[in-house]
Amino acid sequence: MQRIGVFVCHCGSNIAATVDVKKVVEMAAREPGVVHAEDYQYMCSEAGQAKIAAAIAEKKLTGIVVCSCSPRMHEATFRKCAERAGLNPYMVEIANIREHCSWIHKNMEEATEKAVILARAAIAKVNLNAPLKPGESRVTKRALVIGGGIAGIQSALDIADAGYEVDIVEKTPSIGGRMAQLDKTFPTLDCSACILTPKMVEAAAHEKINIYTYSEVEKISGFVGDFTVDIRKKARSIDANKCTGCGACQEKCPSKKSLSEFNRGLNTRSAIYTPFAQAIPNVPVIDREACIKFKTGKCGICSKVCAAGAVDYEQKDEIFTEKYGAIVVATGFDTIKLDKYDEYAYNQSKDVITSLELERVMNAAGPTKGHLERLSDGKHPEHIVFVQCVGSRCSDERGKPYCSKICCMYTAKHAMLIRDKYPDVKVTVFYIDVRTPGKNFDEFYRRAVEEYGVNYIKGQVGKVAPQPDGSLLVQASDLLDNKQIKMKADMVVLATAIEPDPSVRPLATMLTASIDTNNFLTEAHPKLRPVESPTAGIFLSGVCQGPKDIPETVAQAGAAAVKAIGLLAKDKLTTNPCTAKADELLCNGCSTCANVCPYGAISYEVKLINDHGVREDRRIAVVNNALCQGCGACTVACPSGAMDLQGFSNRQIIAEVDAICR
Amino acid sequence: MSNVSKIEKQAALIREISGVNPYKCMKCGKCSATCPAFDEMDIKPHQFVSYVQEGNIAALAESKSLWKCLSCFACVERCPRDVKPAKLIDAARQIVEREKGGDYLMADEIPTLLDPELPQQLLVSAFRRYRR
Repeated sequence: MQRIGVFVCHCGSNIAATVDVKKVVEMAAREPGVVHAEDYQYMCSEAGQAKIAAAIAEKKLTGIVVCSCSPRMHEATFRKCAERAGLNPYMVEIANIREHCSWIHKNMEEATEKAVILARAAIAKVNLNAPLKPGESRVTKRALVIGGGIAGIQSALDIADAGYEVDIVEKTPSIGGRMAQLDKTFPTLDCSACILTPKMVEAAAHEKINIYTYSEVEKISGFVGDFTVDIRKKARSIDANKCTGCGACQEKCPSKKSLSEFNRGLNTRSAIYTPFAQAIPNVPVIDREACIKFKTGKCGICSKVCAAGAVDYEQKDEIFTEKYGAIVVATGFDTIKLDKYDEYAYNQSKDVITSLELERVMNAAGPTKGHLERLSDGKHPEHIVFVQCVGSRCSDERGKPYCSKICCMYTAKHAMLIRDKYPDVKVTVFYIDVRTPGKNFDEFYRRAVEEYGVNYIKGQVGKVAPQPDGSLLVQASDLLDNKQIKMKADMVVLATAIEPDPSVRPLATMLTASIDTNNFLTEAHPKLRPVESPTAGIFLSGVCQGPKDIPETVAQAGAAAVKAIGLLAKDKLTTNPCTAKADELLCNGCSTCANVCPYGAISYEVKLINDHGVREDRRIAVVNNALCQGCGACTVACPSGAMDLQGFSNRQIIAEVDAICR
Repeated sequence: MSNVSKIEKQAALIREISGVNPYKCMKCGKCSATCPAFDEMDIKPHQFVSYVQEGNIAALAESKSLWKCLSCFACVERCPRDVKPAKLIDAARQIVEREKGGDYLMADEIPTLLDPELPQQLLVSAFRRYRR
């Protein structure tokens, strides 16, 4: 028989205002096995924990039930407390009388009754608890960073500086990501390339960092500390060891009609290309769908002009496997498609562009060599209209329900830069709200208005209509003046909503990392564990977790790196002992459990079994405790009831149900 | 019926008829930016939302806007928050019609209105629709 102690927490007024805690104590004390019951204002406090420890010692408790908040909040706290007092931590059960009870009920009588029932269920379970001992698993001292933008680069640098090997996998031919496409950065107006390219070089030169560009993660298995990852290196058609990066091939390539991804499709590139001049590595790739040699078999000019003999049309995709202890996801973002926003005429006029496209237009290496001009006719614009919140803050199916967070600031930046360089150009910004929380952010926006004369109008644009004379008619509202405005513009710039890069979805599936309805990766806790995925060993860096600007991304990348380093620094990890176990006498080796196991933790072996005197060789299921995550899928699938989850056995669950239904 | 409860009832009725939750509005003004009849209206499309929020249905009922809205549904199409001012306007219009109580058309007026070009169904439907 167990000797159980029950500890009921008031949680200030969180529980005590709705639940009669004294009554819970009184009722719990009558339950079988209970030898001690008390209440306290804050059980998780030092004084509260001291009460638990004292009771364990004095009353020789073999199990305890804490009636308090969700086990997600303080189960670990009370388990540690019990362990310090000499009790096996798995002899602790939590009855959640806060989230599941006091917070959701108003009637004290009903809430008290429910709290008593929850306590009873937990007591019934503890009566059947057995001490469990966690196992150990090893930690591979190597990290994988998925995505080579500023988030991935920063995480990789920080992890590598701590002395661990890091592999960056980037799907495009160069690292750099979105930040490489930006012209200037707010609120300091640093040139983006000037602050990013040194970091790219540093990552490439770091002896602990390996960069795999034009590569994708193909398969992920394993678990925290011991992931096995297959990485596909797509065929570049160039031998990177021979290529000198001279660029002759790109110059001579006769196929020059592919849209440049780097310049957002505003100009073209050759079939053999590096995305931009400062690309790392400075090794081109051949776009096999555009290449004449691959399409017709004739051409081969790049191979002829390559003095190093680096062009290799026969190169094939290569898949290699590597082991990692930690994985940092830094897959970044893209702007949403504007196909559903006909009213802004984005698909009708070349002079309606997204803000990211404007970055390329303003950039010296962009399609217009940095000259601000209309993309339709190359003319100098007299009036530019900026439209904020295009696709952000939308509750319809066309856009995204969230605020993209960066648009207010980059629009102020664009408006300011244009007014600075071309004081003759009139700039109008239509906004719903100007959101500038951040250091020196509001001052920056005010400067655009006060010093650079940018005209901010509160109201949204309803329609952009291309006119026969080539101009754009913008129809908008001025809410402060209660007017409808019609104005002519030469260019319209849309602050287009950002969304997680589409590659994150299949990746999240591979990682078994959870993802929200907007495809942002979910944090383990939105406030207290913001850079960790709920899946152990997976860390989040940059916009894959939620919209953020560069300083925030760099800060989060560093935070994710620290969490990864904290994991890699350990030699062993303790594993969860609540794993599945097959009863050898009941198991008939049917394979049902192995088929439902999402972690591949179940295998079979033939073993000599002594079944009540009958000795025979039987095929029975064996669970790998290091792989088992304790999800319980096998225990419900097993037709003979042989599979059981330690700590959550079928008997324990039934005892809980019985206690609730009593 | 007290005045307050009547206002509440009307505001609730507008929400029911239109199926719109006016509190979803983020006051971006895209409806008014989009409206082709904007200049004709005394209460502008984006203002309709706050009139419904505040239960100021009487002002809406007397507004010119009620009858100037073309029901082109451009605002419904483009509203990013699913508030759809044209649906609110349409609901207000229906409430006004239902509230009339009396006939739009008195039998005595018919002789002066009679017009050989006018389809007789029109007169019949006028009776049927508004007679209470």
